[in-house]
Amino acid sequence: MRRRLPLTLVVGVLLVALVIVTALISSVWTPSDPTHVEVSARMKGPTTSYLLGTDQLGRDELSRIMAGARNTLLVGIVTVLIAIGVGVPLGGVAALYRGRVEDTTMRLSDVLLAFPAILLAIMFAAVFQPSTVTAMAAIGIALVPVFARVVRGAGLQIMQQDYVTITRTYGGSNAWIFVRHVLPNVSSVLIVQATVAFAVAILAEAALSYLGLGTPPPTPSWGRMLSESQTFLDQAPMLAFWPGASIALAVLGFNLLGDGLRDLLDPKLVERLELSS
Amino acid sequence: MIGLGVADPSQAQHDTLVVEDLTVAVGTVEVVHQVSFALEAGQRTGLIGESGSGKTLTALAIMGLLPEGLSANGRVLYRGRDLLAMSERELCAVRGDRVAMIFQEPMTALNPVMKIGEQVSEPLRLHRGMGARQARSAAVQALERVRLPDPVEKMHAYPHQLSGGQRQRAMIAMATACSPELVIADEPTTALDVTVQAQILELLVGLVEEGGSSLLLISHDLPVVANVCQRVLVMYGGHIVEEGSVDDVFGEPRHPYTRALLDAIPSLDEDLPSRKLRAIAGSVPGLGEFPPGCPFRNRCPRADDVCAVMPAIEGSDHRAACWHPLA
Repeated sequence: MRRRLPLTLVVGVLLVALVIVTALISSVWTPSDPTHVEVSARMKGPTTSYLLGTDQLGRDELSRIMAGARNTLLVGIVTVLIAIGVGVPLGGVAALYRGRVEDTTMRLSDVLLAFPAILLAIMFAAVFQPSTVTAMAAIGIALVPVFARVVRGAGLQIMQQDYVTITRTYGGSNAWIFVRHVLPNVSSVLIVQATVAFAVAILAEAALSYLGLGTPPPTPSWGRMLSESQTFLDQAPMLAFWPGASIALAVLGFNLLGDGLRDLLDPKLVERLELSS
Repeated sequence: MIGLGVADPSQAQHDTLVVEDLTVAVGTVEVVHQVSFALEAGQRTGLIGESGSGKTLTALAIMGLLPEGLSANGRVLYRGRDLLAMSERELCAVRGDRVAMIFQEPMTALNPVMKIGEQVSEPLRLHRGMGARQARSAAVQALERVRLPDPVEKMHAYPHQLSGGQRQRAMIAMATACSPELVIADEPTTALDVTVQAQILELLVGLVEEGGSSLLLISHDLPVVANVCQRVLVMYGGHIVEEGSVDDVFGEPRHPYTRALLDAIPSLDEDLPSRKLRAIAGSVPGLGEFPPGCPFRNRCPRADDVCAVMPAIEGSDHRAACWHPLA
C-alpha cells in the first residue's frame, strides 16, 4: 500500500514553492521597479496598476514583496550553508576524535549557543557596517552549534557500529569513515535540521532588518518594510500586513516542510505513529 | 612460561600467527589470561567456549580492534612481527589485507545506507589503491566467488534487500577480497538458519582452502567446529583449557570442562523425553568473579584443593590445563 504523504509536508512544500517561485520570477520580472519612487502615488490602496497598493514613497508594494522574497531566500540559503559548512565538520571532528577535541568543540558550541543571534549581529554591525552580509554571517554562526550537536550525537552512535570497525580494519581513515559512513547516515537528520534552520534564519533576518541591522535600503526586505510601515499604521494598515504575512507564511512553510520531512524520513517515528493509531 | 615450541625457528616458519601470553584487561580486571597458541599456515582452527569466555576479545585483540577501555598485553606475531607493537599505520597495512575478520551479525556489520557494491569495493580501494571503477569490477568478481546470485544486480542493492545468508556472503566477499593469509571468523553463522549455516561454512572452507589461508573459527557450536576445523582450542574464563586436534579433543577430552561441553550435546539416537538434557552445573561467573586458580573450579566435579592454583597447560600435541585430567 502506498503511504499517504503527511499533510504538513504537502502544505509546507506548497508554501515554500510559493516563496521560491516568487523569488525566481522577481529576479526577471516585477510589475514595476521595486525601488522606483512615485511621489504622486503615495500610500494608495490597491488599484489595477498597483495590485497591493503603494508605500509611503509611492513604491509598488507587490514588486517590493516579490523582491523581498528573493532577499529572504538568499539570506536563508547562505546562512544555512554557513551553519552546515562549519557545524558539520565540527560535529564530525568531535565524534571521531572524542576526548579533549570533543570537549573543546562542544564547550565552544555551548558558548555560541548561549549567545543570542541578535546580539552577535549587533556586534558584527558595530564592528563592520550593517549589511546583508554581516546579518548572514551572524545568523549563520549562531546556527553552527545546532548542526555540530546533531552530527556529533548521530556520529557517536554510528561510530559504535560494526561496519565502522570493519572499515577501520581495512585501514579507513577518520576522514574516509566520516564521509562514507557517518555523513550518509546523518543526511536525513541534516535535511530536516537545515529546513528548520532556514525558518529560523528567515525570522532572524526579518528581526535584524526591522532593527535596521540587516539589509540596508534601498534593497527591499520584509523586515524593514514592516518597520517602515509602523509610522503609518493608522493611515495604511495594509502596508504592515503584507510583509508581516509574507514572513509568517514563509516561516510556517519551512517549519511545516521540516516537520513533514522528519515524518517521512524517520521510519521509527512513522512506526510509532502507526502503532498508536 | 607456557611453552609452545615457538622458540623453534623451523616451526615458526609454518605458523601464520603466533599468540604468546596474550592478556586482555578491562581496567585492572584481566578477562583473558596469558593465552598462547599458534595457527599453522593453511590450517583451520576452532576456538570454542561459552559466552563470556573471552573468545571474541581474543580475536579483537589480535586484530587490534579492542573497544575503548580494554588493553592487550603479550605478543601477537604475524610472520614474526608483533602486531601489538605496531603503529596504527603499520597495523592498517596488515589488518583487513593479510589478516581479515568476519563478524557475527551481518546486519550491523553492513552500513544500511550504503550499496553492497560500494561496501565490497571499500577494502579494495583502501588496500589495493584501486580506483572506483576498477574496484567495482573486482567487487563483482568477489561476489561471484562467494556465489551470491546476480552479483551485478546485487552491487546496487542495499543490505536490507538481501537475506541473512546473502548478507553474510557479502561480508565474506569483503573479508576475502584481498585474499588474506588469515581469516578470523567470529561466529559467522550464528545469526543464520541451520540450512544456510551449512552453505556458508562450506563456502568459507572452500575459499580458505582455495587461497591457502588459515582460518580461526570462533564458535560455541561444537559440531560446527568438529566439521570445519582440524585443530581446536577450548576457552573458559579467559584461559585456554584444552588444545589439540579435533579428533583428540572431541574423542578423548582431557579437561573436565570439554567433557561437560560434549556431554551437553544431545544425540539424535537418544530418546530425549526420557533423558534429561544435561547441563553444566552452575553458570559462568561474571567478569572478575571467577574463582582464583582454575576458573572452572566451582563447577567442576573433580575439583579439590590443588585447583586453587591455576595449572599450566601441559602435553605435546594434545594439551590440557588441569590437575586432574581425564584419560
